[in-house]
Amino acid sequence: MLEINNLHVKIAGEDKVILRSLTLKVAKGEVAAIMGPNGSGKSTLSYVIAGKPDYEVMDGEVLLDGVNILEMAPDERAAAGLFLAFQYPMEIPGVATMTFLKAAMNAQRKQRGQAELTTPEFIKRVNAAADLLGIPKDMLRRPLNVGFSGGEKKRMEILQMTLLEPKMSVMDETDSGLDIDALKIVAEGVNARRDPEHAFLVITHYQRLLDYIKPDTVHVMSRGRIVKTGGPELALELEANGYRDYQSAA
Amino acid sequence: MNVKVTTIRTAAEAALIERFPALKAGLPGPAAPREQAFATFMASGLPNRRVEAWKYTDLRAAMREAAPLAPKPDAAQTTVALKGNSPLAGQGAVTLSFVNGYHVGTEGTVPSGVTIVPLAEALGSGHPLLARMGTLALAQGDTALALNTAFMTDGAVIHVAAGAEVDGPIALTFVTAGPSAIATAARVLMVVEAGAKVLLVESHEGQGKLAHQTNTAVEIIAGDGADVQHVRLGLNSEGAVALSTLTADLGAATSLTSVNVALTGAMVRHQVYARFSGGDARAQINGATLLQGQQHADSTLVVEHAAEPGGESRELFRTIIDDEASGVFQGKIIVQPHAQKTDGRMASNAVLLSQGAAMYNKPELEIFADDVACAHGATCGALDDELLFYLMSRGISKAEAEALMIESFVGAAIDDIAHEAIRDVLHGLVQEWLKVRAARINAGAGV
Repeated sequence: MLEINNLHVKIAGEDKVILRSLTLKVAKGEVAAIMGPNGSGKSTLSYVIAGKPDYEVMDGEVLLDGVNILEMAPDERAAAGLFLAFQYPMEIPGVATMTFLKAAMNAQRKQRGQAELTTPEFIKRVNAAADLLGIPKDMLRRPLNVGFSGGEKKRMEILQMTLLEPKMSVMDETDSGLDIDALKIVAEGVNARRDPEHAFLVITHYQRLLDYIKPDTVHVMSRGRIVKTGGPELALELEANGYRDYQSAA
Repeated sequence: MNVKVTTIRTAAEAALIERFPALKAGLPGPAAPREQAFATFMASGLPNRRVEAWKYTDLRAAMREAAPLAPKPDAAQTTVALKGNSPLAGQGAVTLSFVNGYHVGTEGTVPSGVTIVPLAEALGSGHPLLARMGTLALAQGDTALALNTAFMTDGAVIHVAAGAEVDGPIALTFVTAGPSAIATAARVLMVVEAGAKVLLVESHEGQGKLAHQTNTAVEIIAGDGADVQHVRLGLNSEGAVALSTLTADLGAATSLTSVNVALTGAMVRHQVYARFSGGDARAQINGATLLQGQQHADSTLVVEHAAEPGGESRELFRTIIDDEASGVFQGKIIVQPHAQKTDGRMASNAVLLSQGAAMYNKPELEIFADDVACAHGATCGALDDELLFYLMSRGISKAEAEALMIESFVGAAIDDIAHEAIRDVLHGLVQEWLKVRAARINAGAGV
């Protein structure tokens, strides 16, 4: 599904290299976790996959179903089936959440050559997804993310993921700022979409999220590369011993 | 050493001076106020960049010639002028139509508690409310207003009775049309008595590309406890030099909301003079301006807190500037020594969409009282890249994402309009502007 080969990335206009020779594969149906200390390049990786313009790819490729997406604009990547759940979702004053959701869903449908959703169909889908995630209807009428708590913003990210139906979802520290109840709801949203057709790359600093979203694979990232890959037990080991071993090994 | 200063008049100034005596004789009402106002103009000439208040909007340079003052249109001209569909058509409980500065018709029913007399008629008959016209000292000496007073042809005198809760908006539509460029000068005086509630909507529409010179003024005098909403839409002809002035004299515990939406015109300037004459009044004064091409738009406001408690003023001006267009915001809050507890906040935010776009922000606070909370903020920048990326990461194209962000940005200044249908019309005009922009970008990208 997602294949990253020998990726080298620096901040655009600066010399600072953040990702070096990063190689990673996420198979169809797989939930892969990336764990790593602060500053290891986890968020940069998620941004580069999604196409944020602040970075310069020096070498390597990112393939989604065999197609290199690095030359694609962020909206084209989204239409190709990629989704990034942001660590810090943006607020948009003056744009009602419903308006935004409809714009996003129809934009992707348009890029894929599908007809726009009718309003009743759109509302039906939003209501179903909102019920699943415990999102009250009045939140949908408010401007997107404005005045939302950290937990509400993250739930809104999962709502978007549910409605946009990506095949590959990247979750950037979705657990940060969440209390345990919000964490469970977010995890349920992800788990509801787990099946042989969808893949997830879950980026996290702590093991806690992985109690609720059980990964198939755990990668350890340090200093811009993957330094170890293992099963779920690797996450427990990291929780017990910390990242010290990997920081010196990298 | 004696230096003799000779004022060199421009062709436009010379033409105005030459025409005034004959025009004055033909215009309604007493000549004295017109003469007095014209003397104000004579003393300063057309304002230019050397005059502080007009530093960024050089009217003298923009008005190379003085367009002739429009004569009263005949029935055929009126029919043609009113053929275009006003975006705000049908919104007023009563709508007064003006063509080239002259009242040509009234539709709908004047709501209970309201009396409206066309200004030409009021001037002719010596309407008692005219004693209150031009009485706001804060606006004395303003050249644009003085020229309006000197040349005003028609308009309206509106009276809202004490305690009246006026049902439905009072709408004024000003259309400028004709085969060649003309000058117009319409004037409105609205006296809202104590405790009354009213919404006044003015729409200024010009057809074609002609360089009409319009100069309108609206004076609002609000009695104690009155609640006044005011909406102004500027859809001038493409080449227009359009001046407009709003004066507001606010009694105790009044509430004023005024929103100006400026979309077209080559050089437009909207001025607001608001005085908190009574204690504890509240005013929300907003502007939403969208500019493209070579357009220039200026929002200049002076708010004076002159009573105790000083009341609360909020100003929110949002400007979108594309291409080579330029915008100006000049806002001054004055707090008089006795206007304690004044709470004033003024913000001007501009988004520049192109390299050639320019914005001039000049916020000023003049505070003579010691127990006040006043703040101003002026920002100017490009659209937020982070937000753009967020929207695009959801599959929304760059053009559509920018449109959403622009709509959200200027929409904040429109959202204070309580009347939902009128608010929707204005949002719709912003969306239309964005559609035209997107089409231009797509056409350009295809080359």
